[in-house]
Amino acid sequence: MIKAWKRFAQNHGAVIGLIILLLVVLVAVLGPMFFPQSPWRMVNRPFLPPFAVDGVPLGTDAVGRDVLIGLIHGARVSLMVGLVSTVVALLIGVPIGALAGFFGGWVDDALMRFTEFFQTIPSFALAIVLLAIFQPSLFYIILTIAIVSWPPVARLVRGEVLSLRTREYVEAAILSGQTNLQIILRQVLPNALPPIIVLASLMVATAILLESSLSFLGLGDPNVMSWGYMIGAARTVLRTAWWLSFIPGIAILLTVLALNLIGEGLNDALNPRLTRRSE
Amino acid sequence: MRIPTRSLALIAAMTMIAPAHAQQSGGTLNLVIQPEPPGLMMGLLQNGPTQMVAGDIYESLLRYDTNLDPMPSLAREWEVSEDGLTYTFHLHEDVKWHDGEDFTAEDVVFTVDVFLRETHPRLRASLVHLESVEAVDDHTVVFTLKQPFGPFLGVFEAGTMPMIPKHIYEGTDFANNPMNSTPIGTGPFKFNEWRQGSFIHLVKNEDYYLDGKPYLDEVYYHVIPDGASRAVAYETGTVDVLHGGSIENFDIERVAALPNTCITDAGWEYFGPHSWMWLNNHEGPMADVNARRAVMHAIDREFARDALWAGRGQLATGPVSSSTRFHDPDTPSIDYDPEKAREYLAESDYDGETLRLLPLPYGETWQRWAEAVRQNLQEVGFNVDLVPTDVAGWNQRVSDWDFDLAFTYLYQYGDPALGVSRTYVESNIAKGSPWNNVAGYRNAEVDELWMQAAVSPSPEERQEIYSEIQNRIVEDVPVAWLLELGFPTIYRCNVQNLVTTGIGINDGLRDAWIEQ
Repeated sequence: MIKAWKRFAQNHGAVIGLIILLLVVLVAVLGPMFFPQSPWRMVNRPFLPPFAVDGVPLGTDAVGRDVLIGLIHGARVSLMVGLVSTVVALLIGVPIGALAGFFGGWVDDALMRFTEFFQTIPSFALAIVLLAIFQPSLFYIILTIAIVSWPPVARLVRGEVLSLRTREYVEAAILSGQTNLQIILRQVLPNALPPIIVLASLMVATAILLESSLSFLGLGDPNVMSWGYMIGAARTVLRTAWWLSFIPGIAILLTVLALNLIGEGLNDALNPRLTRRSE
Repeated sequence: MRIPTRSLALIAAMTMIAPAHAQQSGGTLNLVIQPEPPGLMMGLLQNGPTQMVAGDIYESLLRYDTNLDPMPSLAREWEVSEDGLTYTFHLHEDVKWHDGEDFTAEDVVFTVDVFLRETHPRLRASLVHLESVEAVDDHTVVFTLKQPFGPFLGVFEAGTMPMIPKHIYEGTDFANNPMNSTPIGTGPFKFNEWRQGSFIHLVKNEDYYLDGKPYLDEVYYHVIPDGASRAVAYETGTVDVLHGGSIENFDIERVAALPNTCITDAGWEYFGPHSWMWLNNHEGPMADVNARRAVMHAIDREFARDALWAGRGQLATGPVSSSTRFHDPDTPSIDYDPEKAREYLAESDYDGETLRLLPLPYGETWQRWAEAVRQNLQEVGFNVDLVPTDVAGWNQRVSDWDFDLAFTYLYQYGDPALGVSRTYVESNIAKGSPWNNVAGYRNAEVDELWMQAAVSPSPEERQEIYSEIQNRIVEDVPVAWLLELGFPTIYRCNVQNLVTTGIGINDGLRDAWIEQ
């Protein structure tokens, strides 16, 4: 573990990513405490550019809402959507992949056909359909993102489990009389964890992008301020007030970039053999 | 005794079209149409886009100026008997349908008594007052009413009563007549080609009955499905006219500032688009009049107009738009006053329930507006959630009274009896339609006044009753009135006489010409 951390720390990109992400998390957690006012409050004239008027450093949007406050409150929403939907996707994907890989045979077939069913539908199109059916609230948005993003997890876990279950220590566990559930949870999954962690970090990034895209299309929760909402609302005024799309766009870019850098760093750190090969 | 109204109308018409230059013939005018209409047969389809294009093809007996006074169209003169029961119209004599047949009084009788009675619900509501319509000779039509009906002279507008050719439609299945796809009217332009998703092409009617008109050779209505693209189409010169509502409100100021660009708010007086929020009077927190008053005082309408409607339009003072007849400018208006809103809220039964607010699913402006109103309401102590819907969902929820507050806007058609009373009288409370008395406002005394006002023969008496109605309804706040919406038309300044009537370019381009 310490070795892995050392390898991670040697990767400058990953460290920069970690720093950016920590900053965003800090803003998301502490920001609303320092700026408790509602991000929907109309505080000044509409369409003020950044740095034009004291008190609203990043300007105001189409109805005079403070862009900075929106950015701070949006960070919380965007991160929460990213994290929670990834956790939910893991909760769906990992058991399915583990069962399919461990038992093989018809269980594997059935579960993989089921997974492929979801995989063959373009995830963004599926998300739009699901949200058109559900009410676009934060709960359903998270659920939708989880539903469209678990199949890769299932496939990855299945592959890992397939190769792990033939190892000697698994056979030893079987011989020692452990139940299948115990073997999966204690022997197999812990060893499949590194690639899952790497995938999860990238999934958080994808989920943030997906939420933003959905909000951009007007399928977000209209009662929650998120970065995607801010860009979607600013889309029509792109030519007159570019900063309204640009600022939250930068926020999304940095966060997603940070998560990708971290994901790559983790990959190198947790799969040292791969790293050496690429050197 | 009969009162000649023509001379008055002529004076009105002449003062309005004071020509600074001699009209020049020729040229092509390019407009946008949004959204693409489902068809052009105006007797069957009563939606906005259909009328905007088909207003060039079909005509009615009268036009209305921006004060809603009648002007000649297919009728060159008309008289109203003093008892208000008999309306006599004298038609132009050399009018031909686009296929060469003569237009006669028989066509008028067929249109009103047979065709539109079957296909046009809004006109049908006015026709209940009609005793008979008869062709006295080829060019004279007499309408006889059962009782006086004040707004009757206001129903001869092209969208309300488009003239339909009897020789094509008599005895056929109107909705499935094959001629519906190649509409035949009497108007200044003939239908030529419709390329779905691209454009509708009209050409000059060479046999038009007014000498020298129309001036334009051809007209294109371009189908461009996105607001930003329409603005670009204007900038690049693809189109010369952007009708009201065709570009985003945020873009109006920028586009209007382009060189050789004119902008006018005129041409909507007959429609009087009036916006408000339905407040659910049936049940829930909004059934309490104090809570409704709190809503009315809480919303900052001036801000909404300036920030979201490009400063166009004006604050609605009550149920009747200021461009509609019998609007009472002295109705006490309910101003933005959060302090007062809090006081009313404290007096009400409201105890923190979450209100469901339905935005109108018509794009950015309405969404932002709903967000602003939600914020206004939250600041005085309401809890409000926006309930996002698509158009179908909005229709359904409003029709089923499944909301606490819901944005909407409706046309008024020039007269309170045509376009206002329908949303306030008790007899119009029925689930299933988003356009009736959805709020569930009940006031038997006011209902009685509405009835009196509609059938009262003298305009003075009607004004008196309508003033009282307006004052009493504003007291009850059955809905939260927002704005008299402004839908400016943007066009190149060398396009002359584009908007000359109370329905603007919906009345066709008969008088429009391009200065070369």
